[in-house]
Amino acid sequence: MKRELSVAIILILGAFMMLIPLGISFGVPGHSAMDDYFIAHGQEQTAANNIVTAVLFDYRGFDTIGESTVLFAAVIGVGLMFRKLMRGDADENE
Amino acid sequence: MLMRMSKIVRFSADLLYAGILIFGFYVIMHGHLTPGGGFQGGAVIATAVALIIVAYSYEDLLAMVSKLRFIVQESAGLVLFLGIALVAVGFGTTVFANYLANSGSLFGMVVPFGSNPGELNTGGVMPLMNIAVGLEVWGALALVVLYMLSGIREKEA
Repeated sequence: MKRELSVAIILILGAFMMLIPLGISFGVPGHSAMDDYFIAHGQEQTAANNIVTAVLFDYRGFDTIGESTVLFAAVIGVGLMFRKLMRGDADENE
Repeated sequence: MLMRMSKIVRFSADLLYAGILIFGFYVIMHGHLTPGGGFQGGAVIATAVALIIVAYSYEDLLAMVSKLRFIVQESAGLVLFLGIALVAVGFGTTVFANYLANSGSLFGMVVPFGSNPGELNTGGVMPLMNIAVGLEVWGALALVVLYMLSGIREKEA
């Protein structure tokens, strides 16, 4: 009984998940004004062939600061987590 | 007690090490021309550090470089990235403005519109930021590996 219930739940959830992509039309973005602008002007404004990098480091550079800070915070978190385990190490640096 | 792999594995790692470093620096330097960039290239170079740990040992790696070097490198990368972005204010523009693009100076070559073979000396501040982010990601991922490994080793002992 429990097994049949789990299978039924998985099937219903799976069908639900399969239905979601049917309602989304891929490749047809609703608002493409910014995309068109980047494609049309990115190369002459940033002098870079790679539009993805142009968006990452030039147009949306502030977003990249966030990414770098997240990585920095992750390293601090890992360092704090293993700090107790490392106590007594000869080459303690932090 | 040092846990090293066999001579064959260590020799193969020595050969691969140079290739990984060259590919990683290539991905960082060509971030504004080909797919990739600072994040991806830094992650590639960090795998070289992991390769040394796998083939040699944790102690051997710490004999080559210290953790402090990676900490300084990671922080310097982030500060360099922010510094390059803030220098734009000194030029009278906004933060993250590309003040070197099309200027004719460092990385300031003008790019023709449309498909072109690509010139390394273009992109303005983007290659500099890629180098800064690459340094940061390299140090950060290497530090994560080193910290986690030291935690595991302590538990085994």
